[in-house]
Amino acid sequence: MVTVTINGKLVRAKEGEMLLAVLRREKIDIPALCHHEAVEPYGACRLCMVEITRKEWDGWKNMVTSCLYPVADGLIIQTHTTDLIELRKTILDLYLARCPNTPEIQDLAAQYGVNQTSYEQVAEPNDCILCGLCTRICDRMGFSAISAVNRGHGREIAPPLKEAPPDCVGCLACALNCPTNYIKYTDIGQTREIWGRKFELLRDSRTGQPTIPKEFAEYLSKYRNIPQDYFEQNDESHRKETALGLGKIAVWSREESQ
Amino acid sequence: MTIATPRQLEQLAAEYKKTSDKHKKMVIVCCGTGCLANGAQKIVDAFEECLSHRKVKDFTVEAVKKTGCHGFCEQGPLVVIEPQGTFYTKVKSKDIESIIEKSIENDEVIEKFLFTNPKDGRKIEKYPDVPFFSHQHRIALRNLGKIAPFDIKEYIAVDGYKALAKVLTTMTPDQVIDEITKSELRGRGGGGFSAGKKWRTCRNVPSDVHYVICNGDEGDPGAFMDRSMMEGDPHSVLEGMMICAFAVGAKQGYIYVREEYPLAVIHLQKAIADCEKHGLLGDRILGTDFSFSIRIARGAGAFVCGESSALMRSVAGEVGEPRAKYIHSVIKGLYDQPTVLNNVETFVNVPVIINHGADWFRKIGVSKNSGTKVFSLVGKVRNTGLIEVAMGTTMREIIYDIGGGIIDGRPFKGVQTGGPSGGCLPESKLDLPVDFDSLTEAGSMMGSGGMIVMDDKTCMVDVARYFLQFLVSESCGKCVPCREGLYQLHKLTIKICEGNGTEVDIEKMEKLSQQIVVGSLCGLGKSGPNPLLSTIKYYRDEYLAHIRDKKCPAGVCRSLVTYRVIPELCTGCLACITACAYHAITGRKKEPHVINHDLCEKCGACVAVCKHDAIEVS
Repeated sequence: MVTVTINGKLVRAKEGEMLLAVLRREKIDIPALCHHEAVEPYGACRLCMVEITRKEWDGWKNMVTSCLYPVADGLIIQTHTTDLIELRKTILDLYLARCPNTPEIQDLAAQYGVNQTSYEQVAEPNDCILCGLCTRICDRMGFSAISAVNRGHGREIAPPLKEAPPDCVGCLACALNCPTNYIKYTDIGQTREIWGRKFELLRDSRTGQPTIPKEFAEYLSKYRNIPQDYFEQNDESHRKETALGLGKIAVWSREESQ
Repeated sequence: MTIATPRQLEQLAAEYKKTSDKHKKMVIVCCGTGCLANGAQKIVDAFEECLSHRKVKDFTVEAVKKTGCHGFCEQGPLVVIEPQGTFYTKVKSKDIESIIEKSIENDEVIEKFLFTNPKDGRKIEKYPDVPFFSHQHRIALRNLGKIAPFDIKEYIAVDGYKALAKVLTTMTPDQVIDEITKSELRGRGGGGFSAGKKWRTCRNVPSDVHYVICNGDEGDPGAFMDRSMMEGDPHSVLEGMMICAFAVGAKQGYIYVREEYPLAVIHLQKAIADCEKHGLLGDRILGTDFSFSIRIARGAGAFVCGESSALMRSVAGEVGEPRAKYIHSVIKGLYDQPTVLNNVETFVNVPVIINHGADWFRKIGVSKNSGTKVFSLVGKVRNTGLIEVAMGTTMREIIYDIGGGIIDGRPFKGVQTGGPSGGCLPESKLDLPVDFDSLTEAGSMMGSGGMIVMDDKTCMVDVARYFLQFLVSESCGKCVPCREGLYQLHKLTIKICEGNGTEVDIEKMEKLSQQIVVGSLCGLGKSGPNPLLSTIKYYRDEYLAHIRDKKCPAGVCRSLVTYRVIPELCTGCLACITACAYHAITGRKKEPHVINHDLCEKCGACVAVCKHDAIEVS
């Protein structure tokens, strides 16, 4: 364990733990748009930057990205200096120029007093904030079906060659974790469509309700050792079966105790 | 043939030295990329062709040597006649017949190929007397233009791999690092970090695997230092890397070369293969316990891949995007192992330091900035090319003594150093000594050594706009300040160039720049606003002229200039009428022409063809 000072308050933390996690635990309101506990820190949105110094630095300060900065003993951290607030304002102002109609950005910017961008708005705005969560989660799932393409201001998230991605299994991890709901998908009947690719959904053997895509089930049984027939029931059926099983255990345990 | 011991290497060097007799007749043809593009290969072919049917006393086709870049690309193709050292410029393949007859058979000098000093118009005969070369101090470029890069024998003949043998047999890794630290060699890639310190940190990381990487991803517009060294003297790069590998305990090295440098790749591949054949790379080098191999990693040409963490990701086969470096790459670099990454020029300096000693090296240059620096001197100077000067040489010496001054004697306006991350310095800074610290203090930076000279026909707002445009398309796009911030800065410079800017925009740009510097993830973003900030600092008047007077003083920004024929000067030669693609110029022969402003696209084609300076841009 190490001790750090956050906004004047002494706080204990695990050595090597990322600073943002400590700040969140201390209930300090630090905005972060590209951070997610499930994946490696990324450091793209720059909103979680804080100011650090140490006694022995003789007043020298540094601004660091808290999501990427490993905690060390004796760190002195400031989270809301005038400079930091000014930086966050500028970043949110720039975000608004790119995503002027995105509620998540509008709300966060409003919190910092920015209601309208002072820069030139892009010609065709969309809701993608390029946080890279979708691609990192897709990597973590083991598929790497989508990635960031192009450089600089033309960067966007897309499947290879912008065609239906061959490695996608339709698991929806990208869409469900997209902070601005930019990634769209449809589930119509037994068909799911995402990234321009169609997937056939397995059915619950009892009710005929759709479960998960066939490709996803195949992947899970092959690499995660889950039996294929597990996916022939939806959650509701699984719960009913579990309840029946628990009932049997209750009866068995009563008989045993008698 | 394997060189099994350092002793054997010495014997070979002595043997090769004998064959490369200094008094023998020889022709050196520069085959650097610049001269090749100008037809140097045709010249070599012409020599072969001529010599195949012509007997010349004491001269055979073997005496025609293809070397790497001499640096004076503008005057290429270059041919040097040895042993006299006669220096011929702009040679054509049809001239070879007469060169053989006059200069080789009869030792005559052909006047028309000699270099004319632009200062006084006099012809200069000998290679070392050309001011472009005589004012230089060549250490990193020591072998360029002297040895054939394709031949390991030539490198061994100029004491090649002598430093390696010395290190392997007489020094410990710690002694090597001490020597490099003592020499105060600083990273030539731009950062200027002490090479010795970097090596020491890497060596001290306890790990089974250490890596050495040579950064040959030279992406600055107008820079070609690393390229010439890799092409013209690949063995020096390899030797430097080997010494570094021995010092830090690495067994594997990589050279990261950009895809745009095919010749560098070919020469390096040949050099690596030759070394492997001779036992200078691979297992138990020169019979010692030291084993090391080098692989070439080819980059696709993204500017951001010159940044260390992006480069290492690219070597590992991932997308070249930087990461935060709170843990330095020297501790956790390629494949998360301790890694030394140095620039080509840094490695090329290493063998010399080992051979001549740190004290010798420290005497060159100025305090804390020892040694020399290679620059690619380009832009509006008379002599453009690759130069090497001692650190601390003033900008004035470089531009006026080596560069020969500004083309057409126009006034000097500024010099851009350090590429897109550097800045522009005005005339008042001409006497600034060129070293890492002075340049940074003045608001520019050393960078890898690009130096673009600008005259009064250059618009500084347009320069800032150009570099921002470059950075907007070369930013990886990962972090917001760099991706969105530079984009907005670029938009604002366009606004000013078009005459729609306000003074508030300057303030806004300065403020946004500050935040980009603080907030960006890697060096590209952090230094991205430099060209803009330095031009605002030194050329604010020019920004104000665009904003207040709606004028571009240099006559560059199209929206703010008009083209006009000066009737008194126009001879009515019709040249501009033919040149104008927009049919905007009308007039009869021998009568003054007129430009129709509604049709004029301000492309400048008329100015380029008018021999009488009769077209005014204002």
